[in-house]
Amino acid sequence: MTGSASRLHRSEHRWALAFVAAPVIGYLLFTLYPVGFAVYASLTNWNGLGIMRFVGLDNYVRLFSDANFLESLYNTFFYMIGIPIGLAVSLALAVAMNRKIVGLTAFRTIYYVPVISSLAAIAILWQWAYNGDFGLVNQALALVGIDGPNWLASTFWAKPAIILMAIWKGLGFSMILYLAAIQSVPRSLYEAAQLDGANGWQRFRTITLPMVRPVTFFLVVTNVIGGAQLFTEINIMTPTGGPEYSTASAVWHIWRQAFKYQQMGYATAMAIVLGLLILVVTLIQFRLNRRNSFVID
Amino acid sequence: MSLTTAQSRDPLNGTPLGGVPLGRKAPSRTPMSRTTSTRIGDWLVFVLLSAGAIVMIAPLVWMLSTSLKTKNEVFALPPVWIPEVPQWDTYVRMWQDSNILTGFQNSFIVAASVTVLGMITCSMAAFAIAKMRLPFRNLIFIGMLTGIMIPYPTLMIPQFVMFSRIGWVDTLLPLIVPAIFGNILVIFFLRQYLENVPNSIIEAAKIDGATFWQIFWRLIFPIIRPAVAAQFILWFMMVWNDYLAPILYLNTPERQTLQVVIANMNVQYATQRDYPLIMAASFVALLPILAVFLIFQRQIIESVALTGTKG
Repeated sequence: MTGSASRLHRSEHRWALAFVAAPVIGYLLFTLYPVGFAVYASLTNWNGLGIMRFVGLDNYVRLFSDANFLESLYNTFFYMIGIPIGLAVSLALAVAMNRKIVGLTAFRTIYYVPVISSLAAIAILWQWAYNGDFGLVNQALALVGIDGPNWLASTFWAKPAIILMAIWKGLGFSMILYLAAIQSVPRSLYEAAQLDGANGWQRFRTITLPMVRPVTFFLVVTNVIGGAQLFTEINIMTPTGGPEYSTASAVWHIWRQAFKYQQMGYATAMAIVLGLLILVVTLIQFRLNRRNSFVID
Repeated sequence: MSLTTAQSRDPLNGTPLGGVPLGRKAPSRTPMSRTTSTRIGDWLVFVLLSAGAIVMIAPLVWMLSTSLKTKNEVFALPPVWIPEVPQWDTYVRMWQDSNILTGFQNSFIVAASVTVLGMITCSMAAFAIAKMRLPFRNLIFIGMLTGIMIPYPTLMIPQFVMFSRIGWVDTLLPLIVPAIFGNILVIFFLRQYLENVPNSIIEAAKIDGATFWQIFWRLIFPIIRPAVAAQFILWFMMVWNDYLAPILYLNTPERQTLQVVIANMNVQYATQRDYPLIMAASFVALLPILAVFLIFQRQIIESVALTGTKG
C-alpha cells in the first residue's frame, strides 16, 4: 500500500471517529458511568445527598422480603396478560383490514389515534372513564344491563382495568405492523393453497401465522420490555398505587422509594434487579425464537 | 427490506390507499357463489371494524364532550353526549388559570431541540458506521447494543444524582442534553437505510476531492432525508409525550412540560370535581400531535410499519 493511500485511510479514520463521537461520549457519560455508579450505589445505604454508607449486599437481601416490592413485581407480571390478548386482537384486525372494503384508510386512522395520543392525557381520560358512578365504561355496560364495579378502587378490577386501557392504546401499533407483514406475503402462496382446497382458517394458520412470525416476535419482545417499565398509567390513574398496592408497578415502586422516601441506595438495587430481569427474559425470548425457527425450517 | 419495495407494497393489494372499488371483479374462473360469499364477508368485516372503531374513538369523543359540559351535565344520569350549551368558557378558564401555555412552550423547547440536534448527531454516526472505515467498529457496535439493553428506570437514579450535582434539577437541560448525543435506535434505523446507498457514489465524491463533511452534508444527508424526516416525527412524538423523566426533574409549575402540567391539574381539580376543566386540558394537550398525525398519517404509518418489520 502506498503512503498516500494509508494517509488517506488515517484521515478517514479520524473523520469517522469524529462522526461517531457524540453517541460514543453520550454512551460513556449517560449509560456506562450511571450503570457503574448504580452498581456501587446499590451496595450502600444512601439518601441521595449525604454520605454513602457501604452495606454490602444488604439491599439485595432486603428486597426479597419487601412485600411491597414483590407485590409490585407480581403486578408487573400480571399486566403482561394484556400482551397476548392485544396481539391476537390486532392480528385479527390486520387480517380484516387486508380485505378490499370501504373506508379502510379511515379505519386505519381511527385505530391508530390512541397510539399517538399522549399517555398522560389518555390515562387522565381513562381514570375518569372508569369512575364507578359517572364513567363512560359503566354507562356503556349499563346499556346491556351490567352494573359495573368502581374499577380503580377495587383490588380485583383495578389491574384488568389498566390492562384494558393498555390494549386499547396499543392496538393500532401492532395492527399496522401485522398489516404490513400480511401485505408482503406473496399472493401466489394463498392462491396455491386455495387451489389445493385449503379453507380460510387453514390458509390463516399455515400461511399468515408463520409469515407474520417475525413481527409477532418483535412485538412480544418490545411489549415485554415496555410493559416491564409501566409507570405513567399507574401514577396518574392510581396515585397511591391502588387499593392495597394492587396496581403498583415495579418502576412506580422504585420511583417512590427513590424520590418520595429518599431511599436511593435501596431503590437503585431494585432498579438493577428489574433491569436484569428484563435482560434475562429478553435473552430467553431470543433463544426460544431461534429454536422455534429451526423447527419451522 | 428496502424502503422502496415496502412503500410500493403499502397500497393495499395494489390498489391506492382508500380508493377501493366496491364492486370488484372476481377472477373469471371463480363461480358466482364465491363472489357473493366474499361480498357478505366484506360486509361482515365492515360492520365489525365499524363497531371496533366506535370503541376506539368513543373515549376521545367523550373527552371532548365532557370538556364542553356544565358540572351538572357531567354528573347527569342518563349521560349527556351533546351538551345543551357548549361551555367554551372552560377553555378560556383553562388558559388563564393554569400553566398550560408554559407547558406547551417547555414541551416544544425540549422536543424541538432534542430532535433537531439529535437527528444531526444520529445521521453523522449512522453515516460513519455504515459507509466509512471506522476504527473500533465492533467495540462501538457492542457498546451501543448494550446501551439498548439497559432500561431507563435503571439509569434514572444515577442520572438524577449526576444532574442534581451540577444544579440542573428544575431545568429542561436533563431532558435535552443526554438526548442530543444521539438515540441508538434512530442510528440503527438510519444505518439500515444507508445500506441501500451504493458505495460507488461516495467513492466518486472522494475522487473528486470532497471532504467527508462535504460528502455527508451535500451527498448523504439529502439522500437519507426521507428516513430522517420519518424518524424525526416519531422521535418528536415520543419526547413530547414523555412523562417519567419530566416528573423527576421539574418541580416549579412554570417550568414543567405539558404532560406534567395536565397530570398535576388532574390531581388538583379532581378534588373540586371540575372534570370539564381537566378534560379540556387533556384534550388540548392531545391536539398538536393529533394534528401532526392527521397531516402526515401516511408517512407516519409507513415509517412505523417499516421500523417494525425490519426490526
